[in-house]
Amino acid sequence: MSAGAAISGASAYSAGPVETTTLPSRGRVGILVLILTESVFFSIFVAAYVFYIGKNLSGPLPKDVLAPPIVNTICLLSSSITIVLAMRALQAGSIRAFGIWWLATLALGIEFMIGTAMEWRRLIYIDHLTIRTNLFGTTYYTLVGLHALHVTIGLILILLVMIFTMMGYMNRRHAERTDVLSWYWHFVDAVWVVVFITVYVVGR
Amino acid sequence: MAGSIEHRIALSAESDHASLPILGRAHEWVVTVDHKRLGLMYIGGGLVFFLIAGLQAATMRLQLAIPNAGIIAPQVFNRLLTVHGTAMVFLVGMPILTGFLNYLVPLMIGARDLAFPRLNAFGFWLWLFGSLLLYFSYIGGDGLYGAGSAPDVGWFAYAPLTERAFSRGNSTDYWILSILLTSVGSTATAINLLTSIFCMRCEGMTLRKMPVLVWLAAVVSFLMCVVLPPLSAAQAMLLLDRFLGAHFFDTQAGGSAILWQHFFWIFGHPEVYVLVLPAFAFANEIIPVFSRKVIFGYSVMVAASCALAFISLGVWAHHMFSVGMAPAGNAFFAASTMLVSIPTGIKIFNWIGTMWGGKIRFRIPMMFSVGFLAQFLIAGLTGIMLAVAPFDWQLTDTYFVVAHFHYVLIGAIVFMIFAAIYYWFPKATGKMLGERLGKWHFWLFLIGFHMTFDTLHFAGLRGMPRRIYTYQPGRGLDTINLIASIGVIFQAAGILMFLINVIRSLRSGKPAGDDPWDAWTLEWSTSSPPPEYNFAELPVVRSRRPLWDLKHPEDPDWKYE
Ligand code: HEM
Ligand SMILES: [Cu+2]
Repeated sequence: MSAGAAISGASAYSAGPVETTTLPSRGRVGILVLILTESVFFSIFVAAYVFYIGKNLSGPLPKDVLAPPIVNTICLLSSSITIVLAMRALQAGSIRAFGIWWLATLALGIEFMIGTAMEWRRLIYIDHLTIRTNLFGTTYYTLVGLHALHVTIGLILILLVMIFTMMGYMNRRHAERTDVLSWYWHFVDAVWVVVFITVYVVGR
Repeated sequence: MAGSIEHRIALSAESDHASLPILGRAHEWVVTVDHKRLGLMYIGGGLVFFLIAGLQAATMRLQLAIPNAGIIAPQVFNRLLTVHGTAMVFLVGMPILTGFLNYLVPLMIGARDLAFPRLNAFGFWLWLFGSLLLYFSYIGGDGLYGAGSAPDVGWFAYAPLTERAFSRGNSTDYWILSILLTSVGSTATAINLLTSIFCMRCEGMTLRKMPVLVWLAAVVSFLMCVVLPPLSAAQAMLLLDRFLGAHFFDTQAGGSAILWQHFFWIFGHPEVYVLVLPAFAFANEIIPVFSRKVIFGYSVMVAASCALAFISLGVWAHHMFSVGMAPAGNAFFAASTMLVSIPTGIKIFNWIGTMWGGKIRFRIPMMFSVGFLAQFLIAGLTGIMLAVAPFDWQLTDTYFVVAHFHYVLIGAIVFMIFAAIYYWFPKATGKMLGERLGKWHFWLFLIGFHMTFDTLHFAGLRGMPRRIYTYQPGRGLDTINLIASIGVIFQAAGILMFLINVIRSLRSGKPAGDDPWDAWTLEWSTSSPPPEYNFAELPVVRSRRPLWDLKHPEDPDWKYE
């Protein structure tokens, strides 16, 4: 059984030039491809949202009940900045600073989810808008909910890293994996920009 | 990873697979994360579903053999055709083809596994349970209403037929869940393959030195990553409609039935390329080896495949000409569809160019490949006919369309799957498949295929609609349908030869050796079957045909590249 030994560099077969290439890391390429698929997934929901703007047969309509969640948006977008600062601290080897910025990211993300929850509470109990009320309800809850689901997944992962950090397991060697997570977080933030424009600007 | 290889070699030497009790061996397959085992499980599972869905097709053909046959009820026919179509696409075509890519890509790029082995196993089990759900619908589909059994909405499941009001019971829910799970599994596989191709290539294998199969695997994976999410999104919306009372496709609340058609075909057309590009990929490896020539126009071949994938994203509404789009829409989608013929033509010429002047060896894989070439050409020609919108208005939803797409699905894809099985079976098992039974298989299947599907074009031209469970006598359809149904007997006989061949070879096949076809790519440099770790030492590559260089040190490829 040759099992490939004959063709390896160690054998007699070693003539001729070998072009070397440096290959990118699995984690980074993997997350980029995942982001690609997720973007397509989201864009179908955005397409459905835009397609159904103004086609409601009954109220409530977006212009009656929606107010742009400015504070929420500022919180979520600034969490992209805090996570960058956290990654810088980690790469510089300062675990303490990393922990602080990471905690800030977590807090900002949680604030966003609380804001969304309050908005949904108001819409459901005061404005009586549910997923089955009309097309606006259907598309609004699915698009915003899908994004909120992604924020939640991100928050769980961020919380996990936070726990590891507090238990003292975090060090510079984990920088790459943590960085991959931060790319996901940036993606979730970028999607919010699209959702915000679709729902609160164009859709109103 | 390199550090643990001695350990893995020692381990696999220790555990003598054959001596393990049967339960232990089964356990090994269940917990495996090895890309080769997962690949084989995909192919094996896909073949089992191929037999089941094939039997369902045979039942339909039996009913259609004579007018007013009355063998099965109309509802049963609708369920058969829905489950047959869905299964053939999601439970047969995709898993067998991704199974091959799973098996071959790491071997061909000189790696020990895919980038994320556990994700790979996850994708496989998701696929398997999703597949079982589709057939479970025969038992569970009744739901609380006691309505239905298996889904009967057709494989493209047009809205609002799929809404709660019109599809009671749970059959459509099983259909949705099955497709959702299998396509999430396939997406995971695609992410894995793409990452592996970018990150796991062995020393010296630059992008320009990858085998064409690996290039096409990259293109297909990319395509899967962008076309499966629209399908999953649409299924998620339908699920919300059915369970939470949302209104995406609920026409009574202002929802749009056409939106479903767009979402479905944005997936549905490129899906054809997800299925056919791996078939092209097999042809790209098999035809050169059996013509004893390098592939003609490597970079053109790769470029044409990228172009095909790209164009296929912009032609979906040729499935919707009869909806009544604006003339501009019809014109655009007719034109973009015709554009597909350019890269396709280039590919066909390149394969012929590869064979031209070569020393062709007509072994079984090559026979299936030549069949593929001819049949794919015809399928392409009827496709161009259907791209002409007025022609399509006349023939859409007739047997002409059924014949056209089966020419692609069987004439091209299933033929290349068989070619690939005959070609790589020796690598995966260490045994050759029998040549004589292989010839029986090929000729019976070829004759049966043409009897069934050549004739059905004419049934369509004479106005026989698709998806009907019977037809009136004396309309010029009787003989055609009888011949088509007799063809199924030949096809079934061919498949039987294939099964006997596989079982015989596994028991007492001729030992294959490492490189039975005198081939050129890396998978043939390791033993048959390859060890768990693929290569004891990772290969180093200097050209597109590393094994040629090894066998012909006096005239290596790298001098010319
Ligand atoms: C093995 C021989 C096969 C036979 C005899 C056969 C026969 C049939 C028949 C009779 C129908 C119903 C047509 C209608 O009433 O509209 C059908 C539909 C279909 N078949 Fe096949 N088939 C075969 C293989 C395949 C394969 C290999 C694939 C895909 C890989 C496939 C994919 C489909 C699809 C997608 C449909 C459409 C289902 C629908 O209309 O919802 N078939 N086939
Ligand atoms: Cu199409």
